[in-house]
Amino acid sequence: MVIKQKLDVKTPKLDELEKGPWPSFITDLKNLAKRKPAVEHLLGQMEQSYQTNTNYWTGTVLNLDGYGGGVIARYSDLAKKFPEVAQFHTVRVIEPSGFVYSTEALRQLCDISDEHSAGILQLHGMTGDILMLGSDNKSMHSAGEALMNNGWDIGGSGGALRTLACCIGPARCEMSCFDTLEVTKKITDTYISELHRPELPYKFKFKLSGCANDCANSMQRSDMPIIGTWRDKIQVDHQEVEKYIAAMGEDYVIENVITRCPTKCIALKNRKIEIDDSNCVHCMHCINVMHKALAPGKDKGVTILLGGKRTLKIGDTMGSVIVPFMKLQTEEDMEKLIELIRRIWDFWGESGLEHERVGEFIERVGLGTFLEGIGVEPDPQMVKHPRTNSYIKFEELTKPRMAGETKKAPNVVDKEIEGKETTF
Amino acid sequence: MATTPTKKMAPRDNGAPDYKKYLHPLMLKNYGKWKYHEKVKPGVLKHVAEGGDVFYTVRAGSPRTLSVDMVRKICDVADKHCHGFLRFTTRCNIEFQVTSLENVELLINDINNVLGFPVGGTGNSISNIIHTQGWMHCNLPGTDAAGSVKALMDMLFEDFINERLPARVKISTSCCQINCGGQADIAINLQHHQPPKINHNNMQICELPKVVAICPVAAIRPATVDGKSSLEVVEEKCMYCGACHGQCPSMEIRDPETDTLAIWVGGKSASTRGGPSFMKLATFGLPNNPPRWPEVGDAVRRILDAYKETGKDYERIGEWIDRIGWKRFFEMTGFKFTKYHIDTYRFARTTFNTSTQVRL
Ligand code: SF4
Ligand code: SF4
Ligand code: SF4
Ligand code: SF4
Repeated sequence: MVIKQKLDVKTPKLDELEKGPWPSFITDLKNLAKRKPAVEHLLGQMEQSYQTNTNYWTGTVLNLDGYGGGVIARYSDLAKKFPEVAQFHTVRVIEPSGFVYSTEALRQLCDISDEHSAGILQLHGMTGDILMLGSDNKSMHSAGEALMNNGWDIGGSGGALRTLACCIGPARCEMSCFDTLEVTKKITDTYISELHRPELPYKFKFKLSGCANDCANSMQRSDMPIIGTWRDKIQVDHQEVEKYIAAMGEDYVIENVITRCPTKCIALKNRKIEIDDSNCVHCMHCINVMHKALAPGKDKGVTILLGGKRTLKIGDTMGSVIVPFMKLQTEEDMEKLIELIRRIWDFWGESGLEHERVGEFIERVGLGTFLEGIGVEPDPQMVKHPRTNSYIKFEELTKPRMAGETKKAPNVVDKEIEGKETTF
Repeated sequence: MATTPTKKMAPRDNGAPDYKKYLHPLMLKNYGKWKYHEKVKPGVLKHVAEGGDVFYTVRAGSPRTLSVDMVRKICDVADKHCHGFLRFTTRCNIEFQVTSLENVELLINDINNVLGFPVGGTGNSISNIIHTQGWMHCNLPGTDAAGSVKALMDMLFEDFINERLPARVKISTSCCQINCGGQADIAINLQHHQPPKINHNNMQICELPKVVAICPVAAIRPATVDGKSSLEVVEEKCMYCGACHGQCPSMEIRDPETDTLAIWVGGKSASTRGGPSFMKLATFGLPNNPPRWPEVGDAVRRILDAYKETGKDYERIGEWIDRIGWKRFFEMTGFKFTKYHIDTYRFARTTFNTSTQVRL
């Protein structure tokens, strides 16, 4: 192993990023560059970007044997000057649910990265993957084999199911309303083929959060946010309420808890918390503030949304409710979820355009048509309010257009419907 | 431990790693049985289980991009203090966990001095900035990601290690208009100002219909250039979004001379209180000025100062602006409200004030 004291590549601009109190990735990479020539050339290329405000990577996606993707390939436009980064690819690796690790596992990733790539890890990518930077066309294969031989698997890319991510959930959070870690693993394992082989119209992301606090950022960063909730009463510990009021004062509770409830369903009467649970929208605010006194109910489940994504190309969209409530505890519940995903993919796969995210697809065909396509009945909880314009084609109320055509009754879907679990 | 791969292909479709093997013994024991948590001090959380077990989490800021040597050092710290277990957060912080308060201080000492990482990012602080690849590893960026985050976190350092804001503040950066960085209380995003410059010689590598189809405003049409099939862009229609560049490298959208940075405010993912919200344009036209982007830092500072001054407890930046109104926001920050702040895209009308409710 070559250990150099000084690097040959000069990086005056990047060196500015060694100053200051926040840990510097430049210092870290410069140290690594002393034994990894590719890292020295990476720094050289980045320095040139810093000098010219120009990027020097050309990209594509490469396949590992047996997979339809998994490697984010980068070719340097400055390969003559920095030959060590002529090919500088990233291998995506599926992270453990909740980003938990043993040091043994992390050290194994370090060893594989050291041997088969530039020795740079990003923990983690925005989708959730472990990113292993700096393999070339050959070593990306040996990196992949080494990872898979040790039980790891390659993350999603392109028009496929992408690697899932979730919050820490029941492993360390009292707010969690379902087993985010286990459901993340189950969906991944069940649909592992869809993750590795692009068969969907476009990418599809899941993120799972144990409650409405949405620590996994699922609402705006995933096509299908799955978020924990409950349908019985918020649990109130009256002694703790008393303690909280004694410590903070009634005015503070009114200003910071009572008046902030979106549906005004929580009140303070005679120094006691009273909640109209039938009108609670499970937003978590009161529980966040008085987390010793209040807790989610006991009859827990999930709300499922669909269609979140970032700007490209219709503008940002948030997920919207597709299943107001379903239980997600037993194997049977899990099968229902898996089946719902299948139905969504089937309908979108059949009728979606290439490069059309599921949210864009819903926008194009209409939520009503989409619900019919996946066999879920419309529910008032799916909209903020009913439509305000009168341009409606009531299918059942028009005259038959062809002789012999009979009008269908309004759509009643006979399949088992997740939405039935709602309390209303 | 890294094995040299055997000649025969390794098993495929292994699936997700078994997280149960990677849970700290106390997390495994109390899985689903946590009762409540308390703040010990900035960066340190105390979780108490139903059965009485106490579990301290120390959150450390990390640069996300780590050499394997640094990761091994992180492992050494976790081996010494945390039974060899650790976790990362969605915002790329590292969480170390111990079971007694005395060990918290020893652990913090090693995090600060062995790793050189700060402890913080909990509660009403500025958590670690989520970011993307930038010049380190993307094919599309007009600016860097990790570097601008480093520069910003240096400036925001005191707000990472303290909890002195009205509520938590999440920041993101994006280095092109694909905007991988995502919604945040404050987002710093690159903005293009030119239609794509087409490299007609390189066009054959692309599937032209796909490029035509990806344009949100149908500004791209097939054309014959020098006798070869290529594309042309109707410049009046083009809104410089760069969608075509993501599809085809020959549709160069970036321009180091003209690309700038814009700042967006008020994004929120949680369904708490008023529910999730998208971020809105605060200011634009800031120079893309590596290595430290001082103009961006100044603009972020102005937003945070105004927020600190008049934000209420539990009020995220978007909620704070909703309460005080955009007029006051622009007054307090000194940003100018221009015609470019008024939406012109798909749902523009829904963003107009259709009432007589004005702040005078
Ligand atoms: S989303 Fe809810 S359950 Fe998950 S970590 Fe955050 S607060 Fe806990
Ligand atoms: S969870 Fe939200 S909606 Fe329900 S009572 Fe508390 S503040 Fe109100
Ligand atoms: S924001 Fe754009 S340039 Fe930055 S990583 Fe994402 S796609 Fe690449
Ligand atoms: S930059 Fe956007 S609007 Fe302009 S041609 Fe390309 S895709 Fe169309």
